[in-house]
Amino acid sequence: MIRGRGLEKRYGRKWVLRGVDVAVPEGGFAVVTGPNGSGKTTLLRLLAGLAQPTRGDLVVGVDRGRVGYLAHEALVYRELTAVENLDLFGRLYRIPERRERIGMLLERFSLWDARNDRVSTYSRGMTQRLALCRALLHDPELLLLDEPYSALDEDGAALLDRELEGLAGGHTVVVATHDPGRLEALQTGRLALA
Amino acid sequence: MMYLADVAALTRKDLRVELRGRDTLPAMLLFVLATLVVFHFAIPEDAGDDAAYGLLWVAIVFTALLGLARAWVPEQEHGVLDGLVLAPCDRSAIWLGKTLATLAFLLAAQAVALPAFVLFFEPLDATALVGVLLADIGICAVGSLMSAMAAAGRAREVLLPLLVLPLAIPLVVGGVGAAVSAEGGRFLLFLLLYDAVFAVLSWASFEYVVTE
Repeated sequence: MIRGRGLEKRYGRKWVLRGVDVAVPEGGFAVVTGPNGSGKTTLLRLLAGLAQPTRGDLVVGVDRGRVGYLAHEALVYRELTAVENLDLFGRLYRIPERRERIGMLLERFSLWDARNDRVSTYSRGMTQRLALCRALLHDPELLLLDEPYSALDEDGAALLDRELEGLAGGHTVVVATHDPGRLEALQTGRLALA
Repeated sequence: MMYLADVAALTRKDLRVELRGRDTLPAMLLFVLATLVVFHFAIPEDAGDDAAYGLLWVAIVFTALLGLARAWVPEQEHGVLDGLVLAPCDRSAIWLGKTLATLAFLLAAQAVALPAFVLFFEPLDATALVGVLLADIGICAVGSLMSAMAAAGRAREVLLPLLVLPLAIPLVVGGVGAAVSAEGGRFLLFLLLYDAVFAVLSWASFEYVVTE
């Protein structure tokens, strides 16, 4: 599914990624670890196709429409409600029966009661749960999660644990995290960035 | 048809965001009205009609710049542009949606500004009004692309006028010409040609602005 050799990325004069090899088979669950500034986010952006490597070869064997990406930011409009945000992305991703899918995800992530509230009124944890809904909306083949547990409370984190357990094996998942122990049971490979 | 549905969804989203946030349109309205009021008192009575039409275009261009400066702000908050770019739709639909929404805001501002201009200065005939509409289309098409480029940089407020104003000069020439020239139709054709060329260029190049 993912094969990268000698990946390097430079922004201006600063190298944020140097000589990284990555291989994740279809259905694999890879955990990316490393200290702040080690290039975890940059690597996920490369895998998502949002950035191009300065050097190295990268092949991601999935169309961009089949990639689910959870970033540091929520990638949702603050002035729209949860339903309006998910409906917009559902249209753009051509999701059949999107209303049912949106309703199911909002229920699953405990956002149903707040579905018609603007995102600007959400707490950070609620916004993160909505971001997860958006990333999972189109049932992606490849799921890229950048610090998915950040801002989640215990209930939210447990919810995400269950979600990832359900996805493991059937989907290819790459998670960048500071807490790899939480995903030890699911991971099939680990990449430690220095 | 899917393309047009994507454009409609994106335009509707922008209108809804503006309706809720009221960040852009009130600022455009206040600016254009204030500018016309200041011009009304600033230019001497014997300055002539042509000067008034020139000032109208100064007001229109800078009002459009005000709208364009905020055009991609909702996408910059929470990094939404990355989400749109990842969607499997044609990326030019994002540009077209933004262009149509910005055009709607500019037309709304002009719905108040043009009657004010007639009240303070000179009447506008049909040729002048068509000139305004064509120039609006051109400035929104080019401006949405340039605004996306400027938004990607660090100094958006500085960069945007530097990018847009040189490209807006032909629109000002065409717009003023349509209003004051005896051969206004020729200037309308010029504006139409500008719109067609720059809309196609902007449509085709947007993908390279939002991706590496």
